[in-house]
Amino acid sequence: MSKTIPVIRNILEANDRLAEQLRTIFAENRLLALNLMSSPGAGKTALLERTLTDLRETLRMAVIEGDLQTNNDALRVAATGAQAVQINTEGGCHLDGSMILEAVKQIDLAGLDVLFIENVGNLVCPAEFDLGEAAKVTLLSVTEGDDKPEKYPLMFAESRVLLLNKIDLLPYVDFSLEKAAGFARALNPEIIVFPVSCRTGEGLQPWYDWLCEAVRTRQGA
Amino acid sequence: MLGVRALAMHEMSIAEALIRIVESEMAAHGLRTVRRIKVRHGELSTMVPEALDFAFQAMTVNTALEGAVLEYEKVPLTMSCSACGTSFSPEIPELLCTPCPSCGEELGHKVLTGKELNIEYIKGDT
Repeated sequence: MSKTIPVIRNILEANDRLAEQLRTIFAENRLLALNLMSSPGAGKTALLERTLTDLRETLRMAVIEGDLQTNNDALRVAATGAQAVQINTEGGCHLDGSMILEAVKQIDLAGLDVLFIENVGNLVCPAEFDLGEAAKVTLLSVTEGDDKPEKYPLMFAESRVLLLNKIDLLPYVDFSLEKAAGFARALNPEIIVFPVSCRTGEGLQPWYDWLCEAVRTRQGA
Repeated sequence: MLGVRALAMHEMSIAEALIRIVESEMAAHGLRTVRRIKVRHGELSTMVPEALDFAFQAMTVNTALEGAVLEYEKVPLTMSCSACGTSFSPEIPELLCTPCPSCGEELGHKVLTGKELNIEYIKGDT
């Protein structure tokens, strides 16, 4: 007999459940988990190298590194002395909750202040997969074009922080910081924008201040 | 180096999750085969139907789901205006920053619909 079953279920409900588990784990450890997203080559790993080095004395930080094939980025991060776990997606375009749950088992969470989750370089689907993070942080480099927020609305609409990286290259490219920030704020009026250069270190202090403040808020101090 | 290896492609993850839900519904309702699955996806969802079809077909060979057709319905983007609260759909389907038809405010509208990725129904035989 033919039958129609009304279902009305969110297809990503399994991932959302895992994300809730992760949120609980992060909350129990009073840990600020940040999901770091950008297109390939925007400077996620460079930002982490800088941040892990400059705030080494201030915050205890660890990194989960999502990468398509190699462990190059995890090695770069580990060189700063921070705990780093590599997730190899073998061509997969995003991280999901089950991968983070596996990775979290390999990290000593006790006493950590911040867990960075470096997503796979991609402005599209990582935005759809909740990883239990407290906030999404998106990086956009000035070599990519200031219209990216308009082209990839979901990622920018969901992000708490937008870092505009490689501002040392501004003299050589047609990129307007105001335009990019304007597009992002149009999608998300609360988004916090930091123009930075991870190469020269310019503009990183306000990002560090935000990070320390977010940790204090998280830990209720 | 510590590590986790995983195999995933965006629509592959979606297909996997979808198949799991359909299998649980089949068991709950005594379906032996499935002919049609209705999927609703929002304008802002990044899911590509052709890619989901491909992943679904590849993952259902020699299963009770083999040959089932995925039927898609796109859910339009609707927003409520950040200034006056009017609900509206933008003329350009995926444009989040667009003037409110009632007061003209362009920025910061709240998304009401358009992020969905749901199964609506399953058709099959007992």
